[in-house]
Amino acid sequence: MESQPRIGVYVCHCGTNIAAMVDVEQVAEFAATLPHVVVARDYLYMCSDPGQTLIKQDIQEQQLTRVVVAACSPSMHEPTFRGATREGGINPYFMQMINIREQCSWVHTDREKATQKAKALVASAVAKAALLEPLEDREVGVTPGAVVIGGGVAGMIAALDVADAGFPVYLVEKSDHLGGHVADLNRVFPTLESAKELIEPLIKRVQTHPHVTVLLNSQVTGLEGYVGNFELQVTNSKSEGPNPKLSVGSIIIATGYDIFDPRRKPELGYGQYPNVITSLEMEHRLATGDLTVDGRSPQNVAFIQCVGSRDAQVGNLYCSRVCCMYTAKQSRLVRELLPQARVTVFFIDVRVFGKGGEEFYDETRAKRVRYRRGSVSEIYQRDGRVVLVGEDTLLSRPIEFEADLVVLAVGMEPRADTATLSTLFKLPRSADGFFMESHPKLRPVDTVVDGVFLAGCCQGPKDIPDTVAQAKAAASSALIPLILGTVPVESATAVVDADLCAGCGMCVDVCPFGAPALDPLWGVSRVNAVLCKGCGACAAACPSKAIQMQRFTPEQIMAQVDALME
Amino acid sequence: MNNNAFEPKIVAFLCNWCAYTGADLAGTSRIQYPPNVRIIRVMCSGSVDPTYVLKPLLDGVDGVLIGGCHPGDCHYQSGNYKARRRIIALKQILKSAGFDDDRVWLRWISASEGGRFAETVTKMTEFLKEKGPNPMRREWAV
Repeated sequence: MESQPRIGVYVCHCGTNIAAMVDVEQVAEFAATLPHVVVARDYLYMCSDPGQTLIKQDIQEQQLTRVVVAACSPSMHEPTFRGATREGGINPYFMQMINIREQCSWVHTDREKATQKAKALVASAVAKAALLEPLEDREVGVTPGAVVIGGGVAGMIAALDVADAGFPVYLVEKSDHLGGHVADLNRVFPTLESAKELIEPLIKRVQTHPHVTVLLNSQVTGLEGYVGNFELQVTNSKSEGPNPKLSVGSIIIATGYDIFDPRRKPELGYGQYPNVITSLEMEHRLATGDLTVDGRSPQNVAFIQCVGSRDAQVGNLYCSRVCCMYTAKQSRLVRELLPQARVTVFFIDVRVFGKGGEEFYDETRAKRVRYRRGSVSEIYQRDGRVVLVGEDTLLSRPIEFEADLVVLAVGMEPRADTATLSTLFKLPRSADGFFMESHPKLRPVDTVVDGVFLAGCCQGPKDIPDTVAQAKAAASSALIPLILGTVPVESATAVVDADLCAGCGMCVDVCPFGAPALDPLWGVSRVNAVLCKGCGACAAACPSKAIQMQRFTPEQIMAQVDALME
Repeated sequence: MNNNAFEPKIVAFLCNWCAYTGADLAGTSRIQYPPNVRIIRVMCSGSVDPTYVLKPLLDGVDGVLIGGCHPGDCHYQSGNYKARRRIIALKQILKSAGFDDDRVWLRWISASEGGRFAETVTKMTEFLKEKGPNPMRREWAV
């Protein structure tokens, strides 16, 4: 029998993320007064190496038997601190995390009350920690293979990388062809190479790759399972037959973007005047070389940047990141086709940050494309031509500018079906409406759902090189569980106290996984730990409290409640 | 007691997969809500034993929130349906014993609904402020 537990409490500042709103020193002082606590410390970053070393040293020097870390969400660093606890020499499940960042310092503005709350939460964690039992790590096998949703550049690159590593890939594409938006382009910046020559070999490789199965006209309509063993329901809009169910270990979402519809800015006259076109329509014209308006070659071509981007009026505060470059490209190609025409670009700022971007922009200006800093607020028609009205923001003077062809540099928007996928996959979206990555810097392709990764513009606007880089990153992350072949699963399972069990079979009825079964000889329930997923439904149903969920026993929960009350 | 000065205390049992993650998202999105709630993480709303709800109520907590996945979204297939039936039954028992059953809220909050979590806590806090302290309440500082 274990003697009294010896608990160490570690309160993290998280830089100022916690410390600014919670008096962490006060919380640590308070923690030191709690039952069984032998040491309580606060530290700048508990997850850092020195922070983890504190825990390990204390376990050894102070003979700690339990560890409480008050920091961020356990979804962030529970594995980190379990690791430190294990390295300190005790069972990793003797560590209890309590969330005083996402669920305290970040959501409250009254420092005194936030500190009070943090103290109560730490008290509940200490109370639970005293009652923790050791557990063994468990893992399950992984279904080899991945589903990639979206057959644009991002999806194809990701699919090829996973397939090249030797795993089967299902590439699910909503439309009837591969290639995404890039298939609609003429030439790409800054190399001016043909988009067709870029994309066609890629499509060919995908179509002929022995490990890639392409499912066109298809959408994912159902999802079950979790990292390592997902099951996806796919619906084909063209086929009557039974819809396939795909079993895979990881999922990459590469659903791309929608193009901003300039009709939402009616003052620009798109859809009203035939000589106002979108940049995508300009791509088609450049591909055919036909720039005529009403049978005449335009003499005055104007480009308007940031249509639908950086625009609070339409709700898009973000920069679409590609329009400056494709405008430089299109304006230069227009200049080459129409050496006599005046080509003018109206811009807010020029953002040509990619490799070779600045150089390309400089060359474009050297080729007599005029850049004019100004915002166009209205376009109206006069004698078959259009007049741009706005302000020259360098000179602070009104502009009136006549043109016979106007190109609206439309930006990117989250796809209309983002909400549906967000619900299906339980993926949060950022304020701009695109899918949200787990961490803006350190986990740019991960999502909050383990085993589901993001690639390309579904996460936010980006150009082709960035899309390819992210697709390769997503593929590499998606390969980790596939290559390892196992994923860790819940260590805590239900256990039966045979002395208390009356053999009523209630647990057998409530379990969706068939984990408990009645032992015909002894007349009591037994849990098959391999089948148990650790939900605890059986424990809640058991009338005699004979079956309990490890790590969430009634005794532990009651101790937490009691501690919160004091 | 002046109701303006009354700060209700809420214990929330949130399922690990949806509601707890939703509460995390409220944090990463910096959505503010009243500090009156104390969260206890459970794996599934279907594991919330009625005694987990009764115990804090009998000890004087002003409200108990149970947060689970939306119908059809349960990580364990059907735990939220079990929670729903169990909480309905519990509310009947509370009523028959003379308790106010509206101190117990069961809400579906998905992992992507940080705003909904914050809104739920805000509404529940306001509701309980209006309603007043749990008659079982002991004297404690908030």
